[in-house]
Amino acid sequence: MTERRIRVLIAKPGLDGHDRGAKVIARALRDAGMDVIYTGLRQTPEMIAEAALQEDVDVIGLSILSGAHMALAPRLLELLRANGQGEVPVLIGGIIPGEDVPALKAAGIAEAFGPGTSTEAVVAAVRQAAARKWAKE
Amino acid sequence: MTEGDLAAVRAGDRRALARLLTQVENQTPAAEAALAALFPHTGRAHLIGVTGAPGTGKSSLVAELAKVLRRQGESVAIVAVDPTSPFTGGAILGDRIRMRDLAGDPGVFIRSMASRGALGGLARTTADAVQVLDAAGFNRVIVETVGAGQSEVEIARTAQTVLVVEAPGLGDEVQGIKAGILEIADVLVVNKADLPGAETALRALRASLEIGHSAARRDTAAGWTPPIVATVAVHGQGLEELAGALDRHRDHLRASGADNARERARLAGDLESRLRGALYQRLLAQLEPGQFAQTVDKLQLRELDPAGAVRQLLEAAGPLS
Repeated sequence: MTERRIRVLIAKPGLDGHDRGAKVIARALRDAGMDVIYTGLRQTPEMIAEAALQEDVDVIGLSILSGAHMALAPRLLELLRANGQGEVPVLIGGIIPGEDVPALKAAGIAEAFGPGTSTEAVVAAVRQAAARKWAKE
Repeated sequence: MTEGDLAAVRAGDRRALARLLTQVENQTPAAEAALAALFPHTGRAHLIGVTGAPGTGKSSLVAELAKVLRRQGESVAIVAVDPTSPFTGGAILGDRIRMRDLAGDPGVFIRSMASRGALGGLARTTADAVQVLDAAGFNRVIVETVGAGQSEVEIARTAQTVLVVEAPGLGDEVQGIKAGILEIADVLVVNKADLPGAETALRALRASLEIGHSAARRDTAAGWTPPIVATVAVHGQGLEELAGALDRHRDHLRASGADNARERARLAGDLESRLRGALYQRLLAQLEPGQFAQTVDKLQLRELDPAGAVRQLLEAAGPLS
C-alpha cells in the first residue's frame, strides 16, 4: 500500500483566455504534494465532468473569470450527480462577486474564493474538502 | 471490489474502471485482488508505448493517433504519465490539455498518472493500470511516458510496439548511435516535420539505422527495421501512415512469434521485480526495529562499508520464514 494522494482537477471553463490564476493554483497544490490534473483553457462543463470521472478525482477546482459562474457551476454539479460523482466537492476561484457566494453554496459549491485569496488558504480548503470526501467513503 | 464491480470494469463501466485505477495506483489490497481476478482476461489489447524527449509533441501525437484509430473503429485507452516532483511529492498532470478533441468520445478513456519517484519513465503501477484497461476490453492501450531522455526504457517492457518520437533540432547523429531510447524503437517518428531541420533529423535517423539497428530487441531484429514516419501532429499530418506502421509491427510480431517471446520476457521481468520487492519487505520484517537505521548510522560514520552492511543485515535477518 502506498500513501493515498489527493487527486485534484483544476479546470478553466468558459471562453476567456486567462489561465495564469489557474496555473498559480495548480502549482501551489503540486507543491503541497497533490496530483494535479490540469485540463487547460475553454473547457465545457461536459468536458470537466468527463475528465473528473475518468481521473477519479477527489476535488475539483474551477477558475472562472468570465462572469458565467452562475450558469457553469450548477451545470457541472448536475453532470457530476448524473455520473454518480455528486460527492466530489467543487471549489470556485476567480472573479466571483461576494453577493453570488450564498447562491453558489446553496447550489452545492463547497467554497468560493475571490481575488486576493492566498494560495495557502486554497491548499487548506482543498485538503479539508478531500478529507471530508474520504471520511464518507 | 465486489464481483459486481469487476464485472462492471470488464464491461467498460467508466466509473468502476476509474475507481479501480485509483486503487491500483495506491497499491491497495483490493487492487491486488482485482488484478488477480482480471489477469486471465488480459493479453488481448495492442499495447502501444509512446516515448521521447520533453517537447517533441508526444501528447499531441497520441491524441491525433487516437483519432485515427477511432475512425478505424478501434476503442482506445490512454495512460499518460507525468513526473512527480522529487521535492514535494506532487505532480502536475497536463497531458489532457493536448487531448481535448477526444472529450465526449465514449470509445476513448484517458487516465493521467504521476510517476511517483520511479525513474524508468513510467510509474511503478503503470503496467498494472494497463492490465486493467486491457481487461476492460479496449482494443488499443497507448502509454505515454514522461519526457524521456536516454535511459527511461521501462516502456519497452510494458508495450508491444514502442514508438520513439523525435523532433527537429534535438541533436546530431551521434545522439542516434548512443545507447538509449532509440534502441527500443519499433517505429520512429519525427514530429513537427514542418519545422526547419526536419530533413536533417530524418537523415540522421536513417543513417543511424543503416549503421545497424540495435540488438537490444533481438526478438524482432530479424525481419523488422523500424520505419521512420514524419508527422505534424497539430495538423494531423502523417498519422494514417503512423497507424499503418503500428499495425504492420503488430502483424510482424504475430507472424514471427516475437509477440510470445516479448510476452514471456515481460512476465519474467515483472515476476522478478515483484519478487525483489516482496523479498525486501520480508527481510525488513525479520530485522529488529531500528536495525536498518542503525546500519545507516554506521555507514555514515564509516564504521561499515555498504557491501558489508548488506552481509550483516542478511545475516541478522536469518533464513526466510
